[in-house]
Amino acid sequence: MNDFFTSSVLVATAASAIRLATPYLLASLGETIGQRSGVLNLGVDGVMLLSAFFSYWTVLQTGNLWLAVVVALAVGVIMGVLYGIITVFFEATQGISGIGIFIFGLGFSDLMFRQQVGTPKPVQRLPRVDIPVLADIPYIGEPLFQRSLLTYLAFALVPLTFLLLNKTTFGLNIRSVGENPQAADSLGVSVERTRFAAILIGNTLAGLAGAALVLQLGIFQPNLTQGMGFIAVALVYFGAWRPLGVMGGALLYGLVNATVLQWKSLGIIPVSISDLAGMAPAIVTIGALILLARRVNAPAALTKPFSRH
Amino acid sequence: MNDKSNNLLEMRGITKYFPGVVANSDVDFDVRYGEVHTLLGENGAGKSTLVKILFGLYQADKGDLLLRGEKMEISSPSDAISSRIGMIHQHFMLVPTLTVAENVALGMPSTRRPLTDLDKASKKISEISEEHGLAVDPSEIVEHLSVGERQRVEIIKALYRDAELLVLDEPTAVLTPKEVDDLFVILRRMADNGRGLIFISHKLREVMSLSDRITVLRNGQVVGATTPDQTSREELAQMMVGRAVRLTPDLPPNEVKESRLSLNNVSVKNDSGTLAVDNVSLEVRAGEILGIAGVSGNGQREIAEAIAGLRPIEPNGLIEINGSNVSDTNTRSRRDQGLGFIPEERVPDGAIPEFTVGENLILVDHETDNFVSRGLFSFDKISEHSSQLVSDFNVKTPSVNTPTSSLSGGNIQKVILARELSASPSVLLACQPTRGVDIGAAEYIHNRLIEQRELGTATLLISEDLDEVLGLSDRVAVMYEGKVIAVVSGEDAEREKVGLLMAGITEAVDA
Repeated sequence: MNDFFTSSVLVATAASAIRLATPYLLASLGETIGQRSGVLNLGVDGVMLLSAFFSYWTVLQTGNLWLAVVVALAVGVIMGVLYGIITVFFEATQGISGIGIFIFGLGFSDLMFRQQVGTPKPVQRLPRVDIPVLADIPYIGEPLFQRSLLTYLAFALVPLTFLLLNKTTFGLNIRSVGENPQAADSLGVSVERTRFAAILIGNTLAGLAGAALVLQLGIFQPNLTQGMGFIAVALVYFGAWRPLGVMGGALLYGLVNATVLQWKSLGIIPVSISDLAGMAPAIVTIGALILLARRVNAPAALTKPFSRH
Repeated sequence: MNDKSNNLLEMRGITKYFPGVVANSDVDFDVRYGEVHTLLGENGAGKSTLVKILFGLYQADKGDLLLRGEKMEISSPSDAISSRIGMIHQHFMLVPTLTVAENVALGMPSTRRPLTDLDKASKKISEISEEHGLAVDPSEIVEHLSVGERQRVEIIKALYRDAELLVLDEPTAVLTPKEVDDLFVILRRMADNGRGLIFISHKLREVMSLSDRITVLRNGQVVGATTPDQTSREELAQMMVGRAVRLTPDLPPNEVKESRLSLNNVSVKNDSGTLAVDNVSLEVRAGEILGIAGVSGNGQREIAEAIAGLRPIEPNGLIEINGSNVSDTNTRSRRDQGLGFIPEERVPDGAIPEFTVGENLILVDHETDNFVSRGLFSFDKISEHSSQLVSDFNVKTPSVNTPTSSLSGGNIQKVILARELSASPSVLLACQPTRGVDIGAAEYIHNRLIEQRELGTATLLISEDLDEVLGLSDRVAVMYEGKVIAVVSGEDAEREKVGLLMAGITEAVDA
């Protein structure tokens, strides 16, 4: 245990926590925006798998990381349009259609991988971008300012999402259609358009999350996410539908994950139970959810399709 | 242009079909500048359909709409708003988690796009508040506001959009009598300033006091147009229903006997854990109707649920039915003690909408030997029993096998009444027995309750309809903030006095 409490190990753990938190944070922020508009998307994991595969495949073919990110965004947009049509225009039950999206993403990314790639081949990863001066600060420089652009973007999106939701007219529309769509409708706010836009943003961020995941690892395998998208949905509840809270959840999750990994490699956790220890982040999250539950109400119209009649 | 003789709105020959129903049939309706024009009618008469067409929520199948003399197409609420039509909906169209300013600014263009401009909105709200006497704090979150304040926010919303034609869909349903008076002063002033107001209501007393003109709808058609000085409440009711109705039931003298239901120091918490009923003691005796008056949300729902056994009471409290302590017993054993219960929510609490009329009629006794033999339902007995009840209680239904959900509200209420009264209850708990039912059915239900009183049932009547409570009760208990703040005998219960008590004002009454 003493091996763990050395500055270099702690700094490395913090750095890995922030790296691991990145895909969760991106996906959760997107899901937050969607849920604040009243739409639950359980398909996040499927979208992440699809975008992860296609951006991985893009790097494999072209070697161009930024093209890979663009492809991931495009996958997110396409899935967003699809999910928007299903839930907003056909008013489908969100829980079920989201699971449908997940299963589609899981199956299609698996199929494409087997057909087009076969055996996992490593690709280049997202480069580390050091922020001048700040990166050299002892202890906090490495975890905070020696990261990839996608990590910086994910954390920059926290205040941006806050501003979007709370300070813009679009955000006001999102919050009102998530709480009382009839009221918004009666004032001429288009519930359909607002929700569709929120879904589109949410899925695009899920797409970006898939890219962040695969480009941090530098490799793809079937079911790469192993349910990360579902954790991202849970983190929205954990964070009480607030960007800052969601960030806290993503960081906690990343930290527990990183600690377990570190303890495994240091031998603090015996090999015999190391698989069990992999459950720790989920258990911590569930525990925190139980403790925090019921303090804040979910958007009142969450999962409820809207129609005038 | 604001000449009082000019039409602000003219709707001509409006016809609207819904599957199987004609909701509006060739309706003509107009509103002049500076007047309050009331749309009066029973539920389902087509009032709401007509104004929803005006507000762009529905499209008319036939007919023309002229606004300020020009033909208009209104295909969405935003069209209506930009034509300066404002609507105060029956159920508040507010987002409870947002502030007053956010609710008001919602859907309006901002000068600081894409950012909101709530400071400017707040300033304008304060100006409107001051001009029209609509006091409200723009930065307050709506869920912290009282019902009366929320009503004001709704009106401010319309004025903020510079509405010239205002539709008020049953705006008084949730207000105290005092709040209604205040609202009417505000509405009258708005009309005097040249706006046109459409007032929708079925409360005849309010219609008589506020309207300049009254148009009565029945079954989707205009059946009459009149003014308050040319008509009476009785005549209006007759126009609405299509036959003569007695508005206030006669309460014949009756002998009051032993105590049947008694509450001793009963306190009840609501869903959020705060005290909704605060140390209430009451007694209801055989052969009397005790009415509970109060503005909704003052503990009536909770006290009813506590008596029915649906909500626990705090320790130290005691509920007795026919002398036996039922404080901790379940609903079944309370029914066995003789309790009948007409719940506030007809559906789904009183009847299961997907079940047939017959199934709902036996729902309480379905396990008894009356309907079960050798563990299986005896459908002959069930259908015999339920057919009898359907004819005894004038339930309008094609058959006892019809799904209850296809019946009108009044008929579903009769099904519930039939089930509860057929058990010959010694104590009857009747919550909002005529809410949302038409005048004819209400009259019928009132007569049945009076009949029970003559049979010696002890009835506790809980209603938001003050006229109903005053007309039916031997004694009236007024609930305010969870307490019974006064019990007055039926003869002494004047509207004004009870109205003040409902607002928590006891001083004037003691004198």
